[in-house]
Amino acid sequence: MAAIAEAPAPAPASSAYERRPGWGAWLFMAPLLVWLLLFVVAPTILLIVYSFAERDSFGRVVFTFTWDNYLAAFQWKWLKILVYSIWYAFLTTVICMAVGFPAAWFIGRAPERRRNLLMMLVMIPFWTSFLIRTYAWITILSNQGFLNATLLASGLTTSPLVMMYTPFAVVLGLVYNYLPFMILPIYTSVEKLDNALVEAAYDLGAGPVRAFSKVIIPLTKPGIAAGALLVFVPAIAMYAITTLMGGGQVPTIGEKIQDQFTKASNPPFGAALGTLLLLLFFISLWITQARKRTA
Amino acid sequence: MEAAAAGSVATSRWRLPSGAKLQHLLFGGWTLLVFAFLYIPILLLIVYSFNESKLGIRWTGFTTHWYGVLFHDTVLLRAFQNSLVVAAFTTIFATVLGTIGAWMMFRYRFPARRALGLLIFIPMVMPEILMGVSLLILFVNLKVSLGYFTMIIAHTTFCFPFVLVGVQARLEGIDPFLEEAAMDLGATPVQAFWKVIVPYLMPAIIAGALMSFTLSFDEYIVSTFLTNASSQTLPLKVYGMAKKGLSPELNALSTLFVLGTFLLVLATQFIQRKKPVS
Repeated sequence: MAAIAEAPAPAPASSAYERRPGWGAWLFMAPLLVWLLLFVVAPTILLIVYSFAERDSFGRVVFTFTWDNYLAAFQWKWLKILVYSIWYAFLTTVICMAVGFPAAWFIGRAPERRRNLLMMLVMIPFWTSFLIRTYAWITILSNQGFLNATLLASGLTTSPLVMMYTPFAVVLGLVYNYLPFMILPIYTSVEKLDNALVEAAYDLGAGPVRAFSKVIIPLTKPGIAAGALLVFVPAIAMYAITTLMGGGQVPTIGEKIQDQFTKASNPPFGAALGTLLLLLFFISLWITQARKRTA
Repeated sequence: MEAAAAGSVATSRWRLPSGAKLQHLLFGGWTLLVFAFLYIPILLLIVYSFNESKLGIRWTGFTTHWYGVLFHDTVLLRAFQNSLVVAAFTTIFATVLGTIGAWMMFRYRFPARRALGLLIFIPMVMPEILMGVSLLILFVNLKVSLGYFTMIIAHTTFCFPFVLVGVQARLEGIDPFLEEAAMDLGATPVQAFWKVIVPYLMPAIIAGALMSFTLSFDEYIVSTFLTNASSQTLPLKVYGMAKKGLSPELNALSTLFVLGTFLLVLATQFIQRKKPVS
């Protein structure tokens, strides 16, 4: 690193010192690069390689090149599960938007001191273990749970309402888990929004609906898009919430991938399902990144 | 004519705030409902951790019995210990890796810097299940046995980008001549980094460390793939308990979790409040 400091600086306008890394800088950069290559890039490549492998008669993985795993994955039986996972994630995203936007709007326009306090209140569930938060809903929704106990005691129902292990429970669990992920980025956009623009819309005769659709939505779009990315993408793959709330009755793609690596012990097929999920993940990422650049 | 104009101004003046007020009330009420939705389940957990009855929801009396059960549950205590070990090492590795990485990327113009930025972003948003299975495949092929080591590596991989991004954000506000000034006064680049830059970055570093600790401590999905019987962490046990259904002991454990999180968030807020000091 000393070598860098002593090198005569060609001084670009913004800085007087050397910006090109010397061997010392590379040395300090190496752990990061090695870590990323070894634990992010290499495993991802291996996952893809595995998806083209086969099992021999002992169940061991043999590296060959076969499309069989993908052909199996494209059977409707499996594709359906992927489609359902996407559907649940989509529902979750829409509900989080509808529920989260007004709250983010209110918090973002509150007086500054209160704003920080309210945001802290949003962040506490966000930081609380998601298993614990899912368990909280199990205690509410299960047959002996809080809601059913209340309903039975009040005489509104005579037998417990089955709420657990249904798509309703799965989506509720997902919404409860991901809501702060939606509120946070929208709040950031709202906070930055210039109030004068909204007032101008009203002054120029826009009603609340037009002000909302023509001014507020376009201006908070980056926050909404970021929130959608933060909710939709992980919700497709999330599996612990879905297994707890769905109890195996509402299969999702994450659960099925996990099965292939454990119970079914068919890692190559699991890897094929995983690669499809990975593809979906990169497409979503690419779309949102491309949008960011055009915005 | 003038009076009419004044009148219309007056009514519009009167009307506008009332519309705004109504809107404010509506949005405020909605926000209150959102907070109720977020907090009622957690509050119920806490309240029922003090309920005497083992079975479900009827209130039979106040007790701290379940906390006693919890503190004598050797399996859970062991799992808690495992979680602490994994989270502590993860925090150290992630903080060092993230801080040095952020500084290097800020200070030097590396080739493919943009690509590197994207690559760092990936473990933050990559579905945990994919990270879990892909690392499992890697470790199986490298013949590394699963346990603390593999979990720490996995946790560090998704934690350090959070540290890096946080430190990067603080670096954007740095005086570009700070390092140069230190070097003019005779510091080597390493000294300048250690004595000048690191103290400036400290709030972001601590916030990143706290974040890493929480993320690692709560992590479940990646860990399921990379653990062995003796290194099971607390979330793995929590999952097993939650799957079985209602348990007052799990309520007690949850209460402690919530309390811990609350203190951690408070600490993070307190540190970030100190931001303007440089």
